[in-house]
Amino acid sequence: MAEQAQLLPGTLDLLILKAVSLGALHGYGVLLRIEQISRGALTIEQGAVYPGLFRLVRQGLLKATWGTSDNNRRAKFYELTAAGRKRLQEETDGWNRLTAAIGFVLTAQPEGA
Amino acid sequence: MRVLAYLRSLASRFVHRDQLEDEMAEELRAHLELRADDLARSGMTRAAAERQARVEFGGQSRFKDEARDMVAGRVIEMIARDAGLAVRRLRKSPSFAIAAIVTLAMAIGANAVVFSAVNGLILRPLDLPNEQSLYVVERTADKSSSESYPNYVDLRDRTRSFETLAGFSPDQLWITSGDRQSRVWAYQVTGNYFDALGVQPYLGRLFHAADDQGINSAPYVVLSYPYWRTHFDGNTGVVGRTVRINKQPYTIIGVAPEGFRGTILFLSPDLFVPLVNQPQLDATSLLTRRAQRLFPVVGHLKPGVTPTQAIAELDALGEWLEKTYPGDNEKLRFTLGPPGLNGDALAAPMKAFLGGLMLLAAMILVAACTNLGSLFAARAAERSREVALQLALGASRIRIVRQLLSEAVVIALIGGAVGLWGSVMLLRWLSAWHPFPQFPVNMPVAADARVYLVALALSIASGLLFGAVPLRQVLRTDPYAIIKAGAPAGAPRRLTARDLLLVAQIAVCALLVTSSMVALRGLARSMRADFGFDPRNVTLVETDLAMGGFRAADVPAMQRRMIDALQTIPGAEAVALIGAAPPTLFVSNRSKVFDETTMDLKPASAAANAAMYSVSPDYFHAARTPVVSGRPFTWHDDASAPRVAIVNQVFARRVFGSPTGAVGRFYKMPDGARVQVVGLVGDGKNSLNLADEPQPAMFFPLLQSPYSDTWLVIRSERDLSQLSTAIRAKLHELDPELPSFIETWTTAMQAALFAPRMASLTLGVLGAMGAILSVTGIFGMAAYSLTRRLRELGIRVALGAPHEEILRAALGRPFKVLLFGSAAGLVLGVLASRVLSFIVYQATPRDPIVLAGVVLAMFVVGLTATWIPARRALLVDPLILLRDE
Repeated sequence: MAEQAQLLPGTLDLLILKAVSLGALHGYGVLLRIEQISRGALTIEQGAVYPGLFRLVRQGLLKATWGTSDNNRRAKFYELTAAGRKRLQEETDGWNRLTAAIGFVLTAQPEGA
Repeated sequence: MRVLAYLRSLASRFVHRDQLEDEMAEELRAHLELRADDLARSGMTRAAAERQARVEFGGQSRFKDEARDMVAGRVIEMIARDAGLAVRRLRKSPSFAIAAIVTLAMAIGANAVVFSAVNGLILRPLDLPNEQSLYVVERTADKSSSESYPNYVDLRDRTRSFETLAGFSPDQLWITSGDRQSRVWAYQVTGNYFDALGVQPYLGRLFHAADDQGINSAPYVVLSYPYWRTHFDGNTGVVGRTVRINKQPYTIIGVAPEGFRGTILFLSPDLFVPLVNQPQLDATSLLTRRAQRLFPVVGHLKPGVTPTQAIAELDALGEWLEKTYPGDNEKLRFTLGPPGLNGDALAAPMKAFLGGLMLLAAMILVAACTNLGSLFAARAAERSREVALQLALGASRIRIVRQLLSEAVVIALIGGAVGLWGSVMLLRWLSAWHPFPQFPVNMPVAADARVYLVALALSIASGLLFGAVPLRQVLRTDPYAIIKAGAPAGAPRRLTARDLLLVAQIAVCALLVTSSMVALRGLARSMRADFGFDPRNVTLVETDLAMGGFRAADVPAMQRRMIDALQTIPGAEAVALIGAAPPTLFVSNRSKVFDETTMDLKPASAAANAAMYSVSPDYFHAARTPVVSGRPFTWHDDASAPRVAIVNQVFARRVFGSPTGAVGRFYKMPDGARVQVVGLVGDGKNSLNLADEPQPAMFFPLLQSPYSDTWLVIRSERDLSQLSTAIRAKLHELDPELPSFIETWTTAMQAALFAPRMASLTLGVLGAMGAILSVTGIFGMAAYSLTRRLRELGIRVALGAPHEEILRAALGRPFKVLLFGSAAGLVLGVLASRVLSFIVYQATPRDPIVLAGVVLAMFVVGLTATWIPARRALLVDPLILLRDE
């Protein structure tokens, strides 16, 4: 198990979009997927994922349909819309730029050393 | 379009809220099951797994709250939830809520009433077709819209700018239908009146120009819709029926449409009769005299004609009339005015008055908002720890702002609703009110959709305005600092904008209180003024012999018989008759008078413009007007005797230079007649403006200037109801169908005092509002400053400070504000007395009673406002306070 990392504010939406982009998921599935692809570094409070999902549906980035889970439970499945796919791309680019910049700053050596 | 789509989705979501709620619950259930499945797979029992799943998920109601916020279109629900929360909070502090609601209700109510008046009297249309091209013709010289019949005919026949010109003359008539008799107000109208206004009949037909076939040629009557409903039970068979008007037979030819009440907004005539029949109805013809200005003239401009062009044409016609009829016309220049208030003569002061009222009402609203702002600031300060705690626990600032604003808006809406309810009640009463029982005047000021909309908008806007006052304070809150150190208690700044605002507001309120005191005092005094006659214990009986069908020649003899008959009533001290109108404060008839030597009798060379009355010999005795010198009239001063007059002292001074020696001298009337003064009487107020100097007045013998419309003046100590019965019986003996109306002279005076009374009433109400606003304003400030310094006060109490020191520390500032504000208001009030004297009798705030009254009122205001905070300051328990901090 990797060490737990603190989720930065505002990044939950990005993580949900990424998780859903890999295939339609129900809410619980989103939680599991994020945990799984972060190799357990990121755990999200269970109650917190739903407001995020609803917010993204309202913004038209996700769409929701009722379906059946692997073990035959009725659940609501979320998948990306076209707008969602575009937003994910933008946010990913933005995130990469930011982390790269912060990485530079943090790895800078004192001048003349 | 996007807005529409959004609204639609909003609506559908609101309608399907149960479904959404179900879905949310379903999704939650699915989540818990899926999690429980996983847990069960790792070896837990099913029951334990399900419990574990629920525990992991955390608070379900919080989930629902947050989820609801996130689901689109939950706006309405969010608002409802915020409102519910706000109501719960407000119920916890009822005195705060009630103070805030009352303050706002008054302010919104005042604005709604004033706006309704503006709406009803200025903004409201007449509901006539093509109203924008309808004008009333006014003379520039005297701003009056009256025109004589011959001049009207010339203007109508010669104008090219107007479609046509129509005239209407309000008159009182006596109508007999079967065995029912009543007095009605009618418009005597020109034949083209209805066609000129574009009005279609509700029933039967209306008059047309072709009906004007010369004097007394059209014995027809058109009923107004409400009169038809109330007096003919809405019977469609009335057309063709004959009624008697002033005892002459008239045929009902039609009913005017519902809602048509002529072109003057505040008059509502019962019927319409042809103007050409005026001679028959009024016993004397006024239609042939070109100098006799009778009625307003209205008309539509032709399409494409501008008002300026029309005025130019009317001026040219006026010049022609002056040249053709030089004796009867002078200064015939015209303007066009709005017809609803019968031209600018009334419209301009009305607009100014209503504009002033609107300004005052707006000031009251602003004052109310500043008050509520400081009340809310005090409340926010009291709650600063709570807010800090909420912030520290992670509540977003937006949420706290929303909480505060929703409280403000809830207060605003409740206050607005209460205020509107009050104003609707008041307006309903005003609309149904006939201020003068003898005139068809009423104010069409009932609230309509526009008024409701304005009140709602004002409520919400003011709610957001005063709710925003404490926001800065909240948003700056540093939760850690507050929780560590308690509410910021630093010494207040020396002078803040809020203090200045409050001083200004109190000054305005004190000004309102001062003016209302001045007004009320003036009103009380005006009823005891020296009128030049004594209206107490006098009964007036109005009789119009023309209404009773008498011909002009028979009128004097009948009047003599009436006086003789009433003199036989036991207890009648004196009985007399006065023509035109009894001296109240209206002067209905005036005439220019000239020095005996003046040859050119043009208005500019007149010596005075005197009020004119026509009286029977015993009048001065009955009215208790002192005869200073000379003799009263006798019945021998009749048409065959030389013309004589009795004048008052002001008249004598103006025309002859001094009252002494006036008796025996002559003066001239505009028609050239020489009149000899035979008596001199005392002066009196006979002007509507009670603050004015006494006006010149002259009295003629009834037989030399006869009137059919007269008032019997009966002085008697007897009870009015007994006296009325006796009077009616006597008059019935003389003529069973004689129309008569009995009232006391004092009542008639009160009708004349209508305008100053209304002004006094308005000022009184505004003064009361000002006082209440001062109370809430000071209360808010005292409560606020007390809260901020509570800890300091606690320490002082703990150190044993005496009560007065505590009070000084807690309330010194609000009291100083009150003192400065009141002083400023009082000074302003003294300065405003000149304005007040236009409407209020002998307005002077230098009156010791007024000054004392204002000081007392403001003292009571201060005491009321600081009572609760003062008690709180004195009851400060340092132990509890310090432990709490």
